[in-house]
Amino acid sequence: MKTKFTTDTKLESEIAYFENINLKLESGDIIDSFKLAFKTYGKLNADKTNAILVCHALTGDQYVAGNNPITGREGWWSRIVGPNKPIDTNKFFVICSNVLGGCAGSTGPKELQNGSDVAYGGNFPSVTIKDMVKAQSLLIESLNIEKLFSVIGGSMGAMQALQWAIDFPDKILNIIHIAGALKHSAQNIAFHEVGRQAIMSDPIWKNGKYFENNEVPERGLSVARMIAHITYLSEDAMHRKFGRKLQSRDIISFGFDADFQVESYLRYQGKSFVERFDANSYLYLTRAMDYFDHDETFRKNIEFSHNPNNHLKYLIVSFTSDWLFPTIESKMIVNQLNSLSREVSFLEIDTDKGHDSFLLEEPQLDDVIKGFLTNNFAKIDE
Amino acid sequence: MNKINSIRKDWSLIETLITEDRKILDIGCGDGGLMEQLENNRNAITHGIELNRDLAANAIARGFNVVNGNAELDLSQYSNNSFDYVILSQTLQAMMKPKDILSELLRIGSKAIVSFPNFGHWKIRLQLLISGKMPVTESLPYTWYDTPNIHFFTIKDFLNLCNEMNIVIEKSIGLTSKGKQFDISESVTGVNFFTHEAIFLLSYKNFEPIKIKSSKKVFAKNSVIAN
Repeated sequence: MKTKFTTDTKLESEIAYFENINLKLESGDIIDSFKLAFKTYGKLNADKTNAILVCHALTGDQYVAGNNPITGREGWWSRIVGPNKPIDTNKFFVICSNVLGGCAGSTGPKELQNGSDVAYGGNFPSVTIKDMVKAQSLLIESLNIEKLFSVIGGSMGAMQALQWAIDFPDKILNIIHIAGALKHSAQNIAFHEVGRQAIMSDPIWKNGKYFENNEVPERGLSVARMIAHITYLSEDAMHRKFGRKLQSRDIISFGFDADFQVESYLRYQGKSFVERFDANSYLYLTRAMDYFDHDETFRKNIEFSHNPNNHLKYLIVSFTSDWLFPTIESKMIVNQLNSLSREVSFLEIDTDKGHDSFLLEEPQLDDVIKGFLTNNFAKIDE
Repeated sequence: MNKINSIRKDWSLIETLITEDRKILDIGCGDGGLMEQLENNRNAITHGIELNRDLAANAIARGFNVVNGNAELDLSQYSNNSFDYVILSQTLQAMMKPKDILSELLRIGSKAIVSFPNFGHWKIRLQLLISGKMPVTESLPYTWYDTPNIHFFTIKDFLNLCNEMNIVIEKSIGLTSKGKQFDISESVTGVNFFTHEAIFLLSYKNFEPIKIKSSKKVFAKNSVIAN
């Protein structure tokens, strides 16, 4: 394997180049060379036993902590990852990479095709969660880390963590799987489809070739984001946050302005998303989530795997008000692991914040992540 | 005995029933206190189920394998004989279907350990007899309308149920209200009268059951030498 590392000074991110590697994708397509943008936090210890891979969700990136140069804001999980935080970077070496198909520096539809000066756009091959994890495993290998202590993620990140447990159990010790599922449900696929249709029906999208005219299908992408954002909240949280409060006015306008605060909020979410995310990437990554399905196969994969996986520990967390990845989906994983009498912990956290809870202030989430990591790490040190 | 001492006493007796290096499921494990004790003193591999979210979160944060769930709904997911011991401490009386739970315990575990407060204790009998009201005691401290304990039973009731279900009692320990410990199977008379709390080690082993002279209670031949 030929790997080369550079630093993208503009993005303040490390880039790992995998050249002439012929990465075979689940679809059968082959990517001959690719790159992954990643960030690391903390220090790898001498025995290389303290590495944790954090997997980001659909619209996340490698900037899990610290400053994110793309948005100018704090990293997406800086509440959880950092010195003395639940994933303590004084103790652990944390790696987070932008997924294959993403748009924060890794190979994806917005990047140039190998050996050409044209971006992939719609010519990018379909990628799956399995493909993303395969690419991550090559990154970990090229960092000379034989075994990850933990793989952690929420939502699409949880899908990746589960895929690690299936494909590379011998290279990890535990996973923390938050607000995820064995499969993407029909309802979730339906919401994604509406989002994709919004993008593809934007006349600027032009079969994914909008970049040729330096344009962005802003309307489509922002509508897709607005729809998705609703699914990340809960009715209670929306009611608590907005109710029927009016935005910058005392009376309704009898028109179609953003009379209500909730409308104004969604419009803002859509608008700011367009500035940081690529429309084609959104199509590819939502599709990757749709294709995720271990409903029938998870138990068999774990039970009959060629790779030893008896040692794996699982922490599964769900949220009461998450209707996108409801508790029942997490419990299916727990049930299957219990039926194999594997070491699994499961907690349903009581909150009204919906699917987004894993990104928000939830003290109990902090406690279980910290405790699970600390105690299990103490055990390997013994 | 106060409640905490009584739980500690319960745990230390449960520990005496368990051999080294076993795989154990603790149902209603709280924050993992008993699991910790069995990991430290018996080198056990422990798993737990806890209904209360906060307690389950504590146990997980303390590093134990604990599933936040309801034993009456969630036990079916475990495979046959996947544990050496399944422990149900002080909760059988709070179950909707105690008989089903009992058979689940012995499906999942090779052995089950069940402990419960004896409703046949003389103080309870006396309270009901004299006051004519449902008894409220230290081990059953709730009023009738606000109690998690929905199935009251005595040692005699429990032994009859075990007999009916062909469950073998390998060992049984009784505690008086003063905390004095004795072997229920060896006691001659008045067991059901003086036992405040009882702890049983159960299995489905095909022992030839023998009858104890005092009553119709059924015990295994090896009840004394078990462990």
